[in-house]
Amino acid sequence: MSATAVVGKAIPKVDGAEKVTGRTVYIHDLKIPGMLYGKIKYSDRVSARIVSIDTSEAEKVPGVKAVITAYNTPEIRFGFLKDNTALKKDRVRQYRDEIAAVAATTPEAAEEAVRKIRVEYEDLPAVFDPDEALKPDAPRVHQTDARGKPLKDNRLRLPWRVEAGDVKAGEEASAFVAEGEYEVGWVTHCCLGTSGCIASFDPHGNLTMYSNTQIPSLARTDYMEALKAMGLRGRVRVVNAAIGGGFGSKLDTYAHEYIAILLAHRTGRPVKIVFDREEEFFATSPRQPVKVRVRQGCDAEGRLTFREISMVLDNGAYTSWGATTPTVMMMPATSLYRVPNVRFEATCVYTNNTYCQAMRGYGTPQVTFAIECNLDELAEKVGLDPLEMRLRNANEPGEITPQGFKVTTCGHRECIEEVAKRLDWKNKRGRAGQRGAKRRGVGMACLMHVGGGAKIYRSDGCGTLIKVDDFGNVDVFSGSMDIGQGLDTVLRQIVAETLGVGIERVNVIVGDTDVCPWDVGVHASRSTFIAGNSALNAARMVRDQILEFSGQMLEAPPEILALENGQVVCREDPSKNLPLAKVLRRAHFAKIGNTMFMAAHFYEPDTDMLEGEFKGNYSCTYAWGCHGVEVEVDTATGHVEIVKYVAAHDVGRAINPMLLRGQVQGAVMMGIGYALSEEMIFEQGRLRNPNFRDYKILTAKDAVKVEPVIVETEDPAGPFGAKGIGEPGLVPSAPAIANAIYDAVGVRLNRLPLKPERVLRALKEREAPSGPCGALQREG
Amino acid sequence: MERITIRFKVNGEDATVAVEPHWNLLRVLREELELTGAKEGCGAGECGACTVLVNGRAVNACLYPAVEADGAEVTTVEGLAGPGGELHPIQRAFVEKGAVQCGFCTPGMVLSAKALLDRMPLPSEEEIRTALAGNLCRCTGYAQIIEAVQAAAEELSR
Ligand code: FES
Ligand code: FES
Repeated sequence: MSATAVVGKAIPKVDGAEKVTGRTVYIHDLKIPGMLYGKIKYSDRVSARIVSIDTSEAEKVPGVKAVITAYNTPEIRFGFLKDNTALKKDRVRQYRDEIAAVAATTPEAAEEAVRKIRVEYEDLPAVFDPDEALKPDAPRVHQTDARGKPLKDNRLRLPWRVEAGDVKAGEEASAFVAEGEYEVGWVTHCCLGTSGCIASFDPHGNLTMYSNTQIPSLARTDYMEALKAMGLRGRVRVVNAAIGGGFGSKLDTYAHEYIAILLAHRTGRPVKIVFDREEEFFATSPRQPVKVRVRQGCDAEGRLTFREISMVLDNGAYTSWGATTPTVMMMPATSLYRVPNVRFEATCVYTNNTYCQAMRGYGTPQVTFAIECNLDELAEKVGLDPLEMRLRNANEPGEITPQGFKVTTCGHRECIEEVAKRLDWKNKRGRAGQRGAKRRGVGMACLMHVGGGAKIYRSDGCGTLIKVDDFGNVDVFSGSMDIGQGLDTVLRQIVAETLGVGIERVNVIVGDTDVCPWDVGVHASRSTFIAGNSALNAARMVRDQILEFSGQMLEAPPEILALENGQVVCREDPSKNLPLAKVLRRAHFAKIGNTMFMAAHFYEPDTDMLEGEFKGNYSCTYAWGCHGVEVEVDTATGHVEIVKYVAAHDVGRAINPMLLRGQVQGAVMMGIGYALSEEMIFEQGRLRNPNFRDYKILTAKDAVKVEPVIVETEDPAGPFGAKGIGEPGLVPSAPAIANAIYDAVGVRLNRLPLKPERVLRALKEREAPSGPCGALQREG
Repeated sequence: MERITIRFKVNGEDATVAVEPHWNLLRVLREELELTGAKEGCGAGECGACTVLVNGRAVNACLYPAVEADGAEVTTVEGLAGPGGELHPIQRAFVEKGAVQCGFCTPGMVLSAKALLDRMPLPSEEEIRTALAGNLCRCTGYAQIIEAVQAAAEELSR
């Protein structure tokens, strides 16, 4: 590994001081002179025709400046299939449907006005189960698509299917086959800072959107389209306040943002809409619920022969990125472990439930739960230790997977071995003779994720602009965003390293589309890799400019010069060393120079966007990992306690080990919540637990100290060898825990979360099987 | 609505605010005094993002009736750093131990930690976890926060 000054060091997050002193400005804290407060009237029915809306009482509330509905504003369509509108006309399809909105001088007035809006509905039939929704006589959620073309059923016309090798032949060659059905429900991001925005028009009709989006550049395009729909021709600028948590929740644009735009335009004043916690729960889009069927087989030695996965996704009533998660689920489905013959198929179905979105892992936690639980069942059929099963099938560097992913560096095997060692797997697995109510067991599960961007849009690029002043201060304008993960710090490290200056010299500017270059957004664990490479290349260009100029000044070839410790150093003659600042000023002011150093670079990874057959290489490199867990199951209460948790990740290289640990620890805790406690409870489309009392995210009391194992494979394509790590940490948590529960008490739970009631019921059913066909897998 | 005048100390300075009877302390701090360090994460006493100290005790400002702050001493996160802006040892430990990600929970966490350490200079890990159990964090997974509180405790009792 190359010697570095700041890369690889545990440098504290650069905005830490601002955050611990309470000075950071989030959207909640931002006020603009003249600003009004917007509030939304949501549907009282889950599926109905809107007969009439009476806003007359709302308009009379003192302080109210505007009340809008779909009937007095232009239609703004949005979303992946443009099947959603900012305000709903004629028809509601889910409880979170926006029917009207108010702008008022105080939040209280806006709330009062919303309460006074009267809507008359005529109920229509609804459907909540995706399997039901697929039946020919099911109530139809949409009659037509966005263009008005009639739809004949609730199935989304999305081509999520990939096949490679010969699954049938693979199955015939199998000595053992395991088959199972797995179900995961809704969970939500629970960002501590709720969603919100402020829309503001200038007198020329230009829109400034103060936001907390993860996708400034794409959001800008969306808002531009909205302006067009409104018949306006102004420009759009997106300015981000600090983001109080992202995790995918802010990867799309939402109705409330378009409503703020409509209200701001109507009133001629800035309008702020910030969600309260209840809205954050029911009016943002959660993780995609999925029912997965897995069949996979192996030969007599346990080598995988085929894998077949089919799934049904509850899309909800409209379409956002949740419907595209199968494009990423395909990756572990076809390529986690070496499987020669694979088939994957996903069906997305409209229902009258809430519609879904991206959430950390983008589908991979769901599908990995199915694959990894099922793999343990297969291992059992073979009579093989699940550890051995995994080692036998682990991915290797240099392989090209059936779907066409080019595996370059790959620490999969090493991650498995590390987990086994640190968990003392051999001694702890299958402990016989456990007595008493509390039983211990160990389990493991692996993961594969994109580690070098993901070309799911036409561009997976990111731009960076760098300028250097006369004193050696560096400004880095990146298209990417810090959402708490530490991108600002990582970019500083990369640029400081390349220009040989102290990290305090480097300033990173993000989150303003007027000054920052384009970027596709903070998702897919791509920012360190993609934004990092972009910044690295721009910094190298600046470095070369400086060295070129220094060469002229010092009459030395640039090849023997370097930038280190704020100096231009001459490798062959240290007496020639010059302070960098001096060189910069000379370049700027002296006749020989009359130049300032700056550079721009747009980094576009050399990867494929998958369409049609869904084969190709959509990431520059892949992230690998293995989690191992020891649990203690209380057979009297069904309570599962995590005794030890080891998370081994191939990260390429840790640019900042402290921030990296934060990503892993935070993600694992989210993964444990997914496994054990988190669940949005919907009844007939109505969310029953929209608060932190009834939706249980883990607290400091439940915190499990994760033992992180950093496997460094130094990826040649990554900035200083790094791969992405934002999401991988929660991908295998649930299956590792489920597998450990099986080791402890011998029941398999195929439905998340693994709540005490479910564990208990499964234990009871094992004692007294209630039916002939494996009631264990069917519990509610 | 009839307003009631309350007088109290915020971060050592006198404050006088005319409040409506139903206002909570968080609203007074954020809206009337522009101390936006305390955050509203839920408005229902469930997340701890609004934690401030009232007479040294950590409270959820979103539930604390403003009128009850009359005569009290309130400390918000803005009042922790020294006069020259040097960070309080708890704040410094949070930065140095990687206990801050998005930062939305941070002001509340820091103040809960302060209330704990003022009362119990060298708490056990279990005591720290219990003291912070009302402060939710979605980003960090708490481990580095707990370590930061431990580090600060050590430094403060040196
Ligand atoms: S805002 Fe007060 S506890 Fe959440
Ligand atoms: S740092 Fe984001 S919620 Fe704690």
